[in-house]
Amino acid sequence: MTDSKYFTTTKKGEIFELKAELNSDKKEKKKEAVKKVIASMTVGKDVSALFPDVVNCMQTDNLELKKLVYLYLMNYAKSQPDMAIMAVNTFVKDCEDPNPLIRALAVRTMGCIRVDKITEYLCEPLRKCLKDEDPYVRKTAAVCVAKLHDINAQLVEDQGFLDTLKDLISDSNPMVVANAVAALSEIAESHPNSNLMDLNPQTINKLLTALNECTEWGQIFILDCLANYTPRDDRESQSICERVTPRLSHANSAVVLSAVKVLMKFMEMLPKDLDYYGTLLKKLAPPLVTLLSAEPELQYVALRNINLIVQRRPEILKHEMKVFFVKYNDPIYVKLEKLDIMIRLASQANIAQVLAELKEYATEVDVDFVRKAVRAIGRCAIKVEQSAERCVSTLLDLIQTKVNYVVQEAIVVIKDIFRKYPNKYESVIATLCENLDSLDEPEARAAMIWIVGEYAERIDNADELLESFLEGFHDESTQVQLQLLTAIVKLFLKKPTETQELVQQVLSLATQDSDNPDLRDRGYIYWRLLSTDPVAAKEVVLAEKPLISEETDLIEPTLLEELICHIGTLASVYHKPPSAFVEGSRGVQHKRLPGSAGSGESESPDAGSAGGVSEAPPAVIPSQGDLLGDLLNLDLTPPTATGPPPPSSGMQMGAMDLLGGGLDSLLGGDLGGSPAMGSGFGGPPAAMPASFSAPVSGGLDDLFDLGGGVGMPMGAYSPPKTIWLPAMKAKGLEILGTFARRAGVIQMEMTLTNKAMSVMSDFAIQFNRNSFGLAPAGPLQVLTPLSPNQSIEVALPLNTVGPIMKMEPLNNLQVAVKNNIDVFYFSCQYPISMLFVEDGTMDRQVFLATWKDIPNDNEAQFQIKDCHLNSDAASNKLQGSNIFTIAKRTVEGQDMLYQSIKLTNGIWVLAELKVQAGNPNFMVSLKCRAPEVSQCVFQSYEAVLKN
Amino acid sequence: MIHSLFLVNASGDIFLEKHWKSVVSRSVCDYFFEAQERATEPENVPPVIPTPHHYLISVLRHRIFFVAVIQSEVPPLFVIEFLHRVVDTFQDYFGVCTEAAIKDNVVVVYELLEEMLDNGFPLATESNILKELIKPPTILRTMVNTITGSTNVGEQLPTGQLSVVPWRRTGVKYTNNEAYFDVVEEIDAIIDKSGSTITAEIQGVIDACVKLTGMPDLTLSFMNPRLLDDVSFHPCVRFKRWEAERILSFIPPDGNFRLLSYHVSSQNLVAIPVYVKHNITFREGSSQGRFDLTLGPKQTMGKAVEAVLVSSQLPRGVLNANLNASQGTYTFDPVTKMLSWDVGKINPQKLPSLKGTMSLQAGASKPDENPTINIQLKIQQMAISGLKVNRLDMYGEKYKPFKGIKYMTKAGKFQVRT
Repeated sequence: MTDSKYFTTTKKGEIFELKAELNSDKKEKKKEAVKKVIASMTVGKDVSALFPDVVNCMQTDNLELKKLVYLYLMNYAKSQPDMAIMAVNTFVKDCEDPNPLIRALAVRTMGCIRVDKITEYLCEPLRKCLKDEDPYVRKTAAVCVAKLHDINAQLVEDQGFLDTLKDLISDSNPMVVANAVAALSEIAESHPNSNLMDLNPQTINKLLTALNECTEWGQIFILDCLANYTPRDDRESQSICERVTPRLSHANSAVVLSAVKVLMKFMEMLPKDLDYYGTLLKKLAPPLVTLLSAEPELQYVALRNINLIVQRRPEILKHEMKVFFVKYNDPIYVKLEKLDIMIRLASQANIAQVLAELKEYATEVDVDFVRKAVRAIGRCAIKVEQSAERCVSTLLDLIQTKVNYVVQEAIVVIKDIFRKYPNKYESVIATLCENLDSLDEPEARAAMIWIVGEYAERIDNADELLESFLEGFHDESTQVQLQLLTAIVKLFLKKPTETQELVQQVLSLATQDSDNPDLRDRGYIYWRLLSTDPVAAKEVVLAEKPLISEETDLIEPTLLEELICHIGTLASVYHKPPSAFVEGSRGVQHKRLPGSAGSGESESPDAGSAGGVSEAPPAVIPSQGDLLGDLLNLDLTPPTATGPPPPSSGMQMGAMDLLGGGLDSLLGGDLGGSPAMGSGFGGPPAAMPASFSAPVSGGLDDLFDLGGGVGMPMGAYSPPKTIWLPAMKAKGLEILGTFARRAGVIQMEMTLTNKAMSVMSDFAIQFNRNSFGLAPAGPLQVLTPLSPNQSIEVALPLNTVGPIMKMEPLNNLQVAVKNNIDVFYFSCQYPISMLFVEDGTMDRQVFLATWKDIPNDNEAQFQIKDCHLNSDAASNKLQGSNIFTIAKRTVEGQDMLYQSIKLTNGIWVLAELKVQAGNPNFMVSLKCRAPEVSQCVFQSYEAVLKN
Repeated sequence: MIHSLFLVNASGDIFLEKHWKSVVSRSVCDYFFEAQERATEPENVPPVIPTPHHYLISVLRHRIFFVAVIQSEVPPLFVIEFLHRVVDTFQDYFGVCTEAAIKDNVVVVYELLEEMLDNGFPLATESNILKELIKPPTILRTMVNTITGSTNVGEQLPTGQLSVVPWRRTGVKYTNNEAYFDVVEEIDAIIDKSGSTITAEIQGVIDACVKLTGMPDLTLSFMNPRLLDDVSFHPCVRFKRWEAERILSFIPPDGNFRLLSYHVSSQNLVAIPVYVKHNITFREGSSQGRFDLTLGPKQTMGKAVEAVLVSSQLPRGVLNANLNASQGTYTFDPVTKMLSWDVGKINPQKLPSLKGTMSLQAGASKPDENPTINIQLKIQQMAISGLKVNRLDMYGEKYKPFKGIKYMTKAGKFQVRT
């Protein structure tokens, strides 16, 4: 007699049978049938066809049947909106039922039916329920407002439900208060700047009272809400802390962590010499430790947050090192987090214990964990100076085990130790060299090569060692190649006499045979340095290296402050600012810790008298996310506004030429230079410096241009980038783009931004057939995967030999972009001016003949308004976009420019531009055998002239 | 808030889905399956997985993954705690929380989930209240329902839902009034090679089974309350009273509940009940290894150590183990390399031992890793921290209840390194 019987009817006519049963007269049979329907629904079967039959069962006094029908309705109302309307009456009636359970159920279910038409009918019952005498109904209605807001935000605002919700914060029932807070918080998330949660001392007091009496979940909502408040002074701060502290003993870990958040934030305002401050610090440790004895999933979240707390206030847990010791059957994600915190807590006092543990972990089974443990030993050495010697000897012990991956990790970290404490532990180099052959991972090989190069003068056979690596140079990874190049150059500078041949060999390997630009560049730089000024080379290559900092892995302080305000949230688990990743939280306000008392903040003008003075709050630095946004903004602003008047087209063309030429000669020099350089080390070919210095600026410009996008006025007009594909529509991929014609090549220039949480890769692009046969001339060059929040600029060269289909509008282009996640489609319009070819100058005679030849019906006239250019400037400007003036006539103070344009598909467009001095309105007459293009061409005229 | 819930079984099938807001396609679970594939063991699947539009937060209980889908910023602990509550509720209702049990009761499961969350906000998660809203299935009730056509959905608003004591319903009646408390302590410890304690702590709980008529108000006091400096209480406990007098004063929920859990971490208070003498060695170049293990009681205050179970993950290179147990039985699984020895009770006069040889792959080099020994045990009638209840009083009701207190010590994560 179990529900599994509902799953057994998988015969063909199942739906049919159910239909019959649902319409049965017997109550019992009906109920059984609805249960079967629900069972099918739970496992994802489509039973939406039964909608009318199930809704018919709604009119019943049987509460269970009613609930089941409601369940069904919530699931399928969206797909059957018209049928759902039929249910409205019953809902409205149920909202008046004497039983509060039914009233609440009805208003709750109505809110879950996400159909616009139904929401209209919901308003009146909801308004009543919000003021219901029964608190159970009120608290259900409070949540319903949030639901409704999700479906139709405007409606909620118009109906004044938000104000009613705010009133509920002062409700006499704590559960109602908690739900009102929860609903408001959810609504506020999509309205970052609205002042929904107007927190003042009175409401705070209400919340604190409700906190003691509501359910655990309500406590979480209230605590999270409290955390947004900024107390006026340290006294208020202390009193809130006192009332929140009992929550630390709650059995629900989420309550505990939310309480920790409130305390961590408000503690900032307390003077450090206050007794209460010390008491509070002591009270924070036990609950955090307790979280670590819970289920592993809870532990993980707790550990991620403890990681933040330890960075902000190491004193809280400094005596609790042992609870972070790893148990062998902890899940790997817990082990790694514990390890990280162990290092953060490591100090001179406990380092012996920590090292003994780490050494123990290095013999565990899990290879990943073992590697991390070995790395941790290195981090300890760097963090706790007194322990460095111990760490080194521990690492040497581990190297003696000869376990391959342990040895490799050990060598990588010993390199870091050398950098932190130069000239201290070089005695171990001999031991390291013994293990040279067993290294097969790039990072370990690179580390070893670095060590050999750095200490070349102490290693007798350094040249032999490095030479042995050189044999398989091309099979090595880039990391190793770069390191080898540098190491050999170092060796040469230290022992020039015997290693000249070696250095020549590596330089030619790097510059001639490699197709990696980084490697080639570095090779050339060394080569030129060595050939022109060996003294300078020494200064550069053997320069004193800055010591590596103690904790490179610390979270940047402003971000840390923000994350402390978000303890317990996803942001704190990912250690990223909340604005960076949660979809839907548009423009979340950055939270920051309140200043400590006496730091003279505007909110606490009287705090100075309180006496406590401690560190001043650091200035708010925009977080990385903002910075990125700013950069993007810069990129997007059209360049005109305040700049100098645009230079004439002739000059621009000149600049183009210079640039192109420079680029060519740079490339030429590059290619031609290498063999010549290989010939003699002493004197590089004279051509090199020349070709280098001349194009440098051009090259730089070019680089800037890449970064600045439209920022540089180029010859041909190219519109600013616009959003083609918003991230919302493409699973986090955002595409901004424009078209440009650069040096005769049509380019589609795009900025791809990954706004999703996962890495994107495998990009590809395709066009639909279009009016001018535009097609990508090559694959989309996105070589490296795009990590979250990263943007990349791509220029896709286009040709016009693709399949042709007339589009509406003519210049419409439909594009499909694929990545590893999905395929996305968008359409964009390109300025037709990029199809104007460079040889568009028509002979005057031909022009005249053609003009006459084209029937007058094909002539189109347009007016360009507000264009403050004289005819010459206009002509120059247009020429930049391949609109060529072939003749000019002045009649009665009116300049007539006769212009010709040739499109990529050979269509000619003839134009007559009338410019009257002092009149900002130009007239254009266009004549073409294919009059369809006229409209587009006119748009181009307008765009070019006005930009 | 919580958007959707998917239940995934050990073989990676979604066997139940529930959506509290709009429907999220089950393809969102593909990200979870990917993570599952990457993890070597099911336990190693990370609890929070980001996807382009959602976050997946999962817990693994009873070999079922409970995968919650969230879309906006929601405290992950909130979600995890809620999922644990779902599991506990299922267990409470159906006795076990298995795929079969959930499928057998799918409609009740659905009703429960609907009652526990509204639009992703927790609604009723207290077992007392849920049981009033939706009656747990019993064979008797199912039969009665079938005959009479009544339902297992309550017609009345649960009384506890809004009262100041939301955890207790009114009108409770028993003929036998009884209140039992179990003090259960688990020792988590890591013992190093040489037998010295690296860390040791006690996780203690007091679980109660209270079946008392009316609205009883209980107080529980301890002989040595100072032990309890790190405690988490059931919401029923009056915190102020505890702060001031170190007395637990509360109106109990009806039935089974966890009154408090505590944590004793200062090491001198943690007694280690057993010691292990071990010698597990491999010689270079030999295809044999020695295995030698002896157990003995240490600080047990005269109480017997029972239900001892020793398990150890032997190195991968071990092909088989040929051992001799002085008492109990041992098994070695050559696939997982898991050695487990069911010892039973430790007799202090004749210490249990397990000795013999392990065979290694011929020609393989000596294993790098050192196995860790995991020990489970039970000691009745003793809380190893020494915690003792002083007295239990009842106010507010006239009758005299039966009272009982039981102590028990178990090994939690008790690990001996070799």
